[in-house]
Amino acid sequence: MVYWDPRIEEMPKADLQKMQYKLLKSLIYRLYSFSPFYHDRMKEQNVHPDDIRELADVKKLPFMFKRDLRDNYPDKLFTATQDELVRYHVSSGTTGKPTVVGYTQNDLNTWTTSLARALTSIGLGRGDVIQVSYGYGLFTGGLGMHYGAERIGATVLPTSVGNTERQIELMQDLGATAIACTPSYLLHIGEVAEKMGVNIQKDTQLRTGILGAEPWTEGMRVRMEEWLGIKAYDIYGTSELSGPMFTECIEQKGFHIWSDIALVEIIDPKTEEPLEAGEKGELTITILQKEALPMIRYRIGDISSMEDDTCACGRTHPRIQRIQGRVDDMLIIRGINVFPSQVEYALMTIPEVGQHFQIVVDRKGALDDLLVRVELAKGSFSDKINDLMQIRQTVEHRLRNSLNVNVAVELVEPGSLPRFEGKSKKVIDRRSL
Amino acid sequence: MDAKKFVIRQISVFSENRPGRLAAIAHALGEEKINILAFSIAEANGFGVVRALVDHPEKAHDKLQSLGFNIAFTDVIAVKMKDQPGGLYEVAKILGDAGINIEYSYAYSGKEGAVLILRVDQIEDAIKKIMNSGATLLERSVFH
Repeated sequence: MVYWDPRIEEMPKADLQKMQYKLLKSLIYRLYSFSPFYHDRMKEQNVHPDDIRELADVKKLPFMFKRDLRDNYPDKLFTATQDELVRYHVSSGTTGKPTVVGYTQNDLNTWTTSLARALTSIGLGRGDVIQVSYGYGLFTGGLGMHYGAERIGATVLPTSVGNTERQIELMQDLGATAIACTPSYLLHIGEVAEKMGVNIQKDTQLRTGILGAEPWTEGMRVRMEEWLGIKAYDIYGTSELSGPMFTECIEQKGFHIWSDIALVEIIDPKTEEPLEAGEKGELTITILQKEALPMIRYRIGDISSMEDDTCACGRTHPRIQRIQGRVDDMLIIRGINVFPSQVEYALMTIPEVGQHFQIVVDRKGALDDLLVRVELAKGSFSDKINDLMQIRQTVEHRLRNSLNVNVAVELVEPGSLPRFEGKSKKVIDRRSL
Repeated sequence: MDAKKFVIRQISVFSENRPGRLAAIAHALGEEKINILAFSIAEANGFGVVRALVDHPEKAHDKLQSLGFNIAFTDVIAVKMKDQPGGLYEVAKILGDAGINIEYSYAYSGKEGAVLILRVDQIEDAIKKIMNSGATLLERSVFH
């Protein structure tokens, strides 16, 4: 078993928690003194740094939200001066004003260390060629992976996003052994490769995918691993936390969240009370080592659960499970919560339909109407109308069973649904509320 | 008798039911200089199947597949009819008497006279029964 930093990664849980408590305590003292924003928040909540006497007291602290970053655009939350910053990243403002994250050199080091441990935990290192097909630039994916991959001594192939045929040529010619990109972009690469007559399994050295920046499912993992002959690992992180930071280890049983870097809580989004290990709720993260833009009890909006037993890989750090949806991705259809990831999960169990889908929500009269468009898979078309009706019915049944709402299904031609190179947008909501 | 020479390769294309899909298929075939001898569209609430007899089925298959269409070959047979009143009845009666179940069918009237194209369950069995009952089947070579 290979570790990047065995002292930390195998540290007994009690020691990790002691370390977390010390880091939390000094972070809160620093913020109370130097962050007008967080000082006021703590006053409003009537909590003083002296009230933090053990790790569990973290729940006395006020939350932070995405809107806090937006309201304080661009840099009013920063606790470092501009001359201490070495980089900015800016998140795309698809749901509002963009948010800006600043980094000191120590912030970048922490981020890179986190990824170095993560990449090592999936068996990558010196001798690997890692193709970074996340966007380079304001988005954190490209540059974050780039420095993480360089840190472990791998060779980086910084292809960024786009020009897919060239990406496939370079993957072959330079012997890429791993690729980091969104799961939907890897599907796209697989399809383009097939059209080019390139068999990823036989004609390339690719054996690892580091996939993230959008939710995906176990079913998609199985399908992608079989189709492309790789091991597909999930990666987690958002720009507010620094960027992509945490991956699964080779056990593929959730992301290891390094306890010396981050303190994770799973809370009930309504009562805001902490939940037990294994219970599903809203992920709340405190980054314990961050200088320019500290994030305390940050409510990312992702739904997950946490396991805190020691992993089979030997690491003692807790694991959060695959993200099961976002609080704000959640669709409410006739009063029932529906996550796009549930649709994806159900579709992956039906070989007659492809990996791509689109959800259209509309309102017919007083009722919400849920339509799912899926592509008929190549080779599952038989000429008989009855067979096609049967496939559609199967998909409708499967979706109804897993979502608990009625779903209309439309079979569409392969390749006709939009493909996305970055984050995919799979939901069209036409309801005017 | 070699029943196989009467088995004709039809192409079947899955198509969404929206404007321009037939044009896209026809344009692709035209570009490859493929002639469509007969065709039909079956529709089922949101999608359809375009079925056609063409002079170069393999070429048509490859072209449409390269464009991303979902396409399959289907074996059909073609029965000659008299191009006059009562022509269809004559053939339909023979098929009925021979106990042949038709999955779907379409017809055209052209150089070879009137032709009924049939998709049946047990194709070789059907060919034998039709031959024995006195109707005329067109050979594959008439089409491609």
